[in-house]
Formats: sequence, C-alpha cells, structure tokens
Amino acid sequence: MRIKLEKRREPSLAMLVATPIASVILTMLIGIVVFDLLGIKGFKAVVDIFLSPLLASYKWQDVALKAAPLIIIALGLSMGNRAQVWNIGAEGQYVIGALCSAGMGIAFGQTGGFLVVLLMIAAGIVGGGLWAAVPAWLRTKYNVNEILSSLMLTYVSFQVLGYLVGGPWKDPNGRNFPATAPLADAQTLPVWPESTVHLGVLVALILPIVFWVIMARSEFGYQVRVVGSSATAARHGGFDSKRTIWATMIIGGAMAGLAGGLEFLGVLHKIDLGFASGYGFTAIIVAFLGRLNPFGCLIAGIVLAVTYVGGQMAQTSVHIPNSTAGIFQAMMLFFILASDILVRYRIRVIPSAKAAGV
Amino acid sequence: MGIDFIIAAIITVVGLTTPILLAGLGELVVEKSGVLNLGVEGMMLVGAISGFAVTVYTFNPWFGVLGAAAGGALASLLFAVLVLQLNSNQVATGLALTIFGTGISSLMGLSFTGRIVVPFLSVFPESLAKHEYLQLIFGYSPIVYFALIMVPLTTWFLKSTRAGLILRAVGENDLSAHSIGYSVIKVRYAAIAFGGAMAGIGGCYFSMVITPMWAEKMTAGRGWIALALVVFAGWRTGRLLAGAYFFGILMALELYAKASGFSFLPSQFWAAMPYAMTVVALSFISSRGTAGANAPACLGKPFLPST
Repeated sequence: MRIKLEKRREPSLAMLVATPIASVILTMLIGIVVFDLLGIKGFKAVVDIFLSPLLASYKWQDVALKAAPLIIIALGLSMGNRAQVWNIGAEGQYVIGALCSAGMGIAFGQTGGFLVVLLMIAAGIVGGGLWAAVPAWLRTKYNVNEILSSLMLTYVSFQVLGYLVGGPWKDPNGRNFPATAPLADAQTLPVWPESTVHLGVLVALILPIVFWVIMARSEFGYQVRVVGSSATAARHGGFDSKRTIWATMIIGGAMAGLAGGLEFLGVLHKIDLGFASGYGFTAIIVAFLGRLNPFGCLIAGIVLAVTYVGGQMAQTSVHIPNSTAGIFQAMMLFFILASDILVRYRIRVIPSAKAAGV
Repeated sequence: MGIDFIIAAIITVVGLTTPILLAGLGELVVEKSGVLNLGVEGMMLVGAISGFAVTVYTFNPWFGVLGAAAGGALASLLFAVLVLQLNSNQVATGLALTIFGTGISSLMGLSFTGRIVVPFLSVFPESLAKHEYLQLIFGYSPIVYFALIMVPLTTWFLKSTRAGLILRAVGENDLSAHSIGYSVIKVRYAAIAFGGAMAGIGGCYFSMVITPMWAEKMTAGRGWIALALVVFAGWRTGRLLAGAYFFGILMALELYAKASGFSFLPSQFWAAMPYAMTVVALSFISSRGTAGANAPACLGKPFLPST
C-alpha cells in the first residue's frame, strides 16, 4: 500500500472551509493532552480558553473589543499575502498609527467633537500607511526584502513610541510615568450605551464587506490575485506588479494604523510603553486561519479574540500563564499551514501490487 | 578614555556579535540548502531557555550549551516537518515558528524567572582571562571561540567537502540533485536542524553569558538581524563575519551612548540604530544586485518532484 498525492485541478472549496475548523479542534484536543502532561488540568484549561468567553455573556464585549483590531489588521495583511507581499511589520504600523492619532489629538488640545475624532483616525490611517510605504519603496526601488525591512521598522517604531511618551508627550501630571495624558472625553470614540463596545467594532464588521467587494468584484482585486498567483502571468496581462506591491503594502499599513488609532481612541485613551500588545503579529495568524478571505478573517478574528480573553480568564482560574494562549494561537497556525496540502492535493491510497492480486 | 576603554569596547563588541554570528551562520547553511527559515528568533528563544534550564539543573554550562543546541534543533524540526513533508508555505511557517517559540519559551521559563546561574565566562586561568591586555584574547566565554571557529569550518564544509557540495546542489537545483539520486529532503532536514542548533546556541548566549538569567523575549529581535545578516553577506561566510561585527559595533554604540548619557540625542535613537541601519545596509546590498545573483536558486521554493 502506498500513499500518493495528486494535484487537484482546482483548490478544494470543501477543504478550504473544513481545514481551519479542523485546525481549531485539533489544537484544542492536543492542548488537553499537552497540558495534562505538564501537570495542568488540560480539559479545564482548554474549556476556559476556547469556550468560557463564549458562554459567559459578560465577556462578549471583551471579545468584540479584542476582535476588532485583529480583524481590521488581518484584512489588510491578507490582501498583501494574496499578492505574495509579506508585510510582517503590522505591529509597527499599528504603533505609528496610534501615535499619529495621538499627535493629531494633541494638536487640537482639549477640543474634540466629531470632526476632530475623524481627523485623529485619518491621521492614524495615514501614519500607518506611510510607515508601510517605506518597505514598499525599498522593495520596488532597491529590491529589499519587505519581510525584513517591515519587521526592522517595527523595532524602530517601538523606540519612536518610547521617545515620544517618555519625552515630548509625557503627561506632566503623570508622576513621571512614561505615558501620554489621558484623552479628553470629547476626543474619544462613541461607545454603545452601558458597555465598552466602541465605534471601531462596527468598523470591523463593515470592513470585511468592503474588502470582499474589492477583492472579488474590482479590477484591482483581480490584479492582486493575478500578481499573487504568477508574476509571469501578471506581466503578460499587462499588470504592473510594482504598483500592486505599493498598493497592498500601503493598504496593509493603513489598516494597521486605523486599528491602532481606534484602539487608542476607543479603548486605551492613552499611550504608554505597553501599548504594542502583539495584535499586529496575531493578525498574521488571523489572516491565515481566515484563509485570506475577508469573511474568513472576520470569523478567525473572533476565534483568536476568544483565545485572548480566555487566556486571561484561565490565568486566574487554572493559573496557567498568559503565554499559553500564544502557544495555542501558534498551534492553530501550524495546523492550518500543514493542512494546506489537503486543499491543493488529493490523497490517494494505492494498494500495493501484491494486495491487488496482480 | 584610553587603552582601557578601547579594550573594554572590543570585548563588548565581541560579546554582542556572537549571538547573531552563530544564528546567521546556521541560517546561511539552511538557505544554501534552498530553505528560508524565518523562525530564527523563535529558535533563539527556545535555545535561551533550554540552555538556562539545563544549566540550572546540571550546574554545568557545557551541558547547558548542548541543551540549547538540542532545544533549537528540536524547534526547527517542527518547521522542517511542515515545510519538507507537507510543502507548507515557508514564509508563513517560519513566522509560525517564531510565534510558537516565543510562547513556548515563556511557558518553559515560568519556573525559572528570577533565578540566576553562574555566567559562562572564560575558562582560561584568571592570570590570562583577567589580564590587562591578554583578556582581549583569553577573556571570552567558550561560546565566543566556538562561534569564531565555526566560521572557517562552515566555509570549509560548504566549499571543500562532498557533503557541502551536495547541500549547495540541493539549494541551487533540487530537481537535478534529486534526479541524480540525492535525497533532497534528508539534506534539508539536516541543514534545518543545524540552523536550529546554531540559533539555539546563539540564544543561550543571552541567558547564560550576557545576563545570566531568563527573561521573556530576551533576544529582542536579534534573530531577525541574523536573517538580515545572511542577505547582507550575500550568502558568503566571510562577509557574514564582517557584517556581524558591523552590527556588533552598532549595538555597542547604543550601550555606550546610554551609559555615557550622550544627551544631544535621545537614548531611543541609539536603540533604534541597529534596526534602522539593517534596513539601510540591506538597501545598499540589494540595490547593487550582486547579492540577489548569489542567492540559492531554490531559496524558499517547495520541492515538488514529479515522481
């Protein structure tokens, strides 16, 4: 008996949908075993991380708040990944976006209101987009690998944040703690009555539709897919792959910047040294778990947000460290990548000559 | 400032260079075999905690280094199985390895937080290791000598041995290498494991020598600098050594700027310097086009034999 892989003519749609679900379930099952081996109650840990946030309705708004930035960033990243553009510096673009929002807010002093909030968010989008334009420029002009340059700029962005919140933007009434002064109420995002759910959550629900329309229905979306599938085909089709690199990088950065701005205006209201919380990196997992599909990103963003919230809950209930959620997230990514082969190939079991009676 | 300062500065630079030199050499071999492993940072972290943990239990730093190598190699095998057996996307899988390594290292490190080990310093007699001038030669951790020896060894292996030739052949043209009977998969497994072990040893330099304790994410992006170093070096070992020292000097500048309170520029400027300079250096190298020409032809591509 022999196992043979046969290339499918078309990627399997059934597998495309089934494998992410299987990845999550497999992660949970393996999680139970591994944690039991580590001497932690595995079943309880997995239930706490993956299910409790869904069962406890008072945790839903936490999940929504965590899902919003993940979805928004993942939408931008998956567009780039579709074109084989690897922006892994979303974390930095998120930070710079938030800083630009903060800068715009500071420029207006205590003045707030609809227009100011809009300008602050716009500043975040522009800031994130510009930060991502640097790797795009270096890639198209000097052929610099965008993976490395976008990541290096993330480390630079942390220092920019450190400098601003510890220096010029430091809250004078903040007991010398490196953080910006809390936002004036008029500069924060509107919040759903009697909850913490801010307007950004709505943005995260609408954007997948926008991205789906762009990717599936516009010429630009078509171009992105062609450039991603084959550079030669793109050239023959008269598509400029440089333009695609520029566009997808900047859109990725703009989305990360938007997420940073929304997080600042909607949740944290100030920026301190702990502002960069890893959303930009986790969003990479969201993009892949969502199969680079806008609606997939929406669902995957919620799943990952659940593990974030669940991870925090498990920290107090079963005393497992916060990093555990990160391990689960990485495991999901491993499984989804491993299962890619099922989408593109068919597994055939070929009976050996003897067994077949030849 | 004088001769003492210069000696101290050289020792600092050598120390800062060692981890990226080790990880970079490992990654160079991996990439020469045609595989791009972006998980260096994750493997370094796993190496850092493994080395530290083994040292805590055995009180023997030599075992610690072995443990770090084993930890890094084990982590890299996870990547190898996915990429080689299941043909998964190398970029995404490498990123997954870094995320996984970050998580698993902090989980492993929980019970070691706050503990310290005796730093793994020079094993030469104190009269040499602490000597005013001779410390320039004898005053380093054994890991430093190991890294320096590995440079000519790797060069020799890649250039002059049969195994090295096969490895390069696999990286340049996997299908041809396969058709004349070499096992592409086995060669790449070996290369990836070597890369993992080297990254692991590089990582344990942080937890066993620089600060003899464990802290989450203590490698602070050096794994990524090591990756950049390979491109910067144009996949040549000699240039990798030079590049590693160039970055080592930049990182030392940061330390000195902080210590001496160069107040005309904020300390964050110096901290951002190695990363910003990496981008600048990559631009110089990549724009000249020679580096790309030297890249292994099969780098990052899955191996898909027709039979």
